[in-house]
Amino acid sequence: MNIYVCMKQVPDTEASLTVKDGKSINEENIKWVINPYDEYAIEEALKLKEKEPGSAVTVVTLGPARSESSIRTGLAMGAEHAVHIETDEYIHHKATAKALANAIKQDENYGVIFLGKQAIDEDSYQTHILLADYLGIPAATNITAFSFEGDKVIVEREIDEGAKEKIEMTVPCIVGATKGLNEPRYASLMGIMKAKKIPIKKLTLKELGIEDASIGIKPLKLYAPPEKPPGRIIEGELEDSVKELVRLLKEEAKVL
Amino acid sequence: MSLNYDLPEDANMIRDSIRDFAENVIKPQARELDAKEKFSPEITKQMGELGLFGFAVPGEYGGNGFGYLPYMVAVEELARIDSSQAATVAAHNSLGIGPIYYFGNEEQKKKYLPPLCSGEKVWGFGLTEPDAGSDAGGTKTNAVKDGNEWVINGAKMFITNASTEYSLGSTVQAVTGKRPDGKKEYSCFLVERGTKGFETKTMHEKMVWRASITSELFFDDCRVPEESILGKQGEGFRQMLTTLDRGRLSIAAMGLGCAQGAFEMAVKYAKERKQFGKSISTFQINAFKLADMDTEIECARNLLYKAAWLCDQGRDYQKHASMAKLYCAEVAHRCVNHAVQLHGGYGLMKEYDVERFYRDQKILEIGEGTSEICRLVISRCIGCYDV
Repeated sequence: MNIYVCMKQVPDTEASLTVKDGKSINEENIKWVINPYDEYAIEEALKLKEKEPGSAVTVVTLGPARSESSIRTGLAMGAEHAVHIETDEYIHHKATAKALANAIKQDENYGVIFLGKQAIDEDSYQTHILLADYLGIPAATNITAFSFEGDKVIVEREIDEGAKEKIEMTVPCIVGATKGLNEPRYASLMGIMKAKKIPIKKLTLKELGIEDASIGIKPLKLYAPPEKPPGRIIEGELEDSVKELVRLLKEEAKVL
Repeated sequence: MSLNYDLPEDANMIRDSIRDFAENVIKPQARELDAKEKFSPEITKQMGELGLFGFAVPGEYGGNGFGYLPYMVAVEELARIDSSQAATVAAHNSLGIGPIYYFGNEEQKKKYLPPLCSGEKVWGFGLTEPDAGSDAGGTKTNAVKDGNEWVINGAKMFITNASTEYSLGSTVQAVTGKRPDGKKEYSCFLVERGTKGFETKTMHEKMVWRASITSELFFDDCRVPEESILGKQGEGFRQMLTTLDRGRLSIAAMGLGCAQGAFEMAVKYAKERKQFGKSISTFQINAFKLADMDTEIECARNLLYKAAWLCDQGRDYQKHASMAKLYCAEVAHRCVNHAVQLHGGYGLMKEYDVERFYRDQKILEIGEGTSEICRLVISRCIGCYDV
């Protein structure tokens, strides 16, 4: 089976981000990593490949040139092939999904496509659903268990308050991975050495038929959350200070 | 004309991967393994799967053939989190696998290297004796030829990785006679655990590297076949010195990682800790300490990478290896000292990892050539005594 993983490069969760020009973030001094939810997607794809003889995993990434370091990491973890849709343009999830769909469609025999349920930078939570729509195939998201039986995919998805839903999908289909699905492996040194030699297929948005990167969606403004006011210490005798705290919670904070 | 200080992309990838592994897998266990003085075969095996054993060894013997620069980066990242695990990797690569790969014959390499490179088994390096430390020429362990066998008698101590069920054996230096010039002749032997007359004992109550194995070896009429000799008879002393030169690079990497880890803890704590109404990092005496630490670590890293680069280029690296080992160990000494000082009373408690770093640092100025021996090597290279 030709297994696909759509992977995005995002700022490290520990990076401190600042807004540059009201529309984007300062990229200097940011460490870029694979989107954590996509790591679960890669791991599950590799596990499926290891179980199904004759399978191969292809990593597909849309992003600027710097994304290549994350693609290499995906290859070092064990993927066989990589496609890099290279663009410096700001591109929204709808166009992203269309570009990914058109790239994957170049392979007539694509099977299961894994993605993280969301990218932690923009949290749009839509790419995998839109991708399913463009490809006309089923999708399930928030997946915590995956198995491939015969020609069907069986997944468990977490729904409200820890309840689980078990569903079956035909292949090809889309799996939106979340935490708990697996423990992503570390890239081994042998994997890193092997990954160095794998050619990455480069595509442009134009080659994939994407003329308008916004497709009806235009970001207007990006802004940082307002600074939190400093904490307050209520002084005085215990009984008085508790009363004062309750009053403040009721009247100022309005949480009681 | 330009100098490139960027590491190759694959070295950066190795750093990222080992850093993730060290932070997520080793860090949560490090304090408990240290407290219980417990070696972890599970972590060792995982480190083997990551490819941390056999940096200089080509794939046909189970190694990864990456060379010394990536090896330094990997050890540095392990030591940034925990010296014990870094010690297991450094000792096993440089002292366990090294001599077999560099001096062993084809049969020995085929037999021992694959299980050692996979991390399933480890191998010791028996040089130090109760009465022979810096003066390796004082070795008393001897081997006498008897027919097709060698009979070994003597004892070794402070040998890393030699005494658990995961230890496959040890390389042992022994006196095998007298050279024509009257000096002792040394040879090395590969002795498997379980050989009759060869006993090992794990040394306990250590101050440092408590989650790595340190062993005593005892040889009592231990008979090994003629083929157990490493290289040729009489090459033992040179083999040991060459091994130590390379080993010094990995101890230097441990010093660098230890210093880096202590520095990061110190910065974080100093910014969080408030006294007299402000972060103690804003007091100039503390800020300058941190500035000094950062500067010294930068120097240490550049020196070590240069030494490793010389080694990878096949150029003479002996002096630089000693310089790097000396300097990185002493930078680590100063950094853990400052880091504990910045932590105040908390730095003396096991609840803070900096306490462990403070203890673990000390061996770096003693093992694989004391700071004094390193200065001796460097001063010899300068030609100080050729007058």
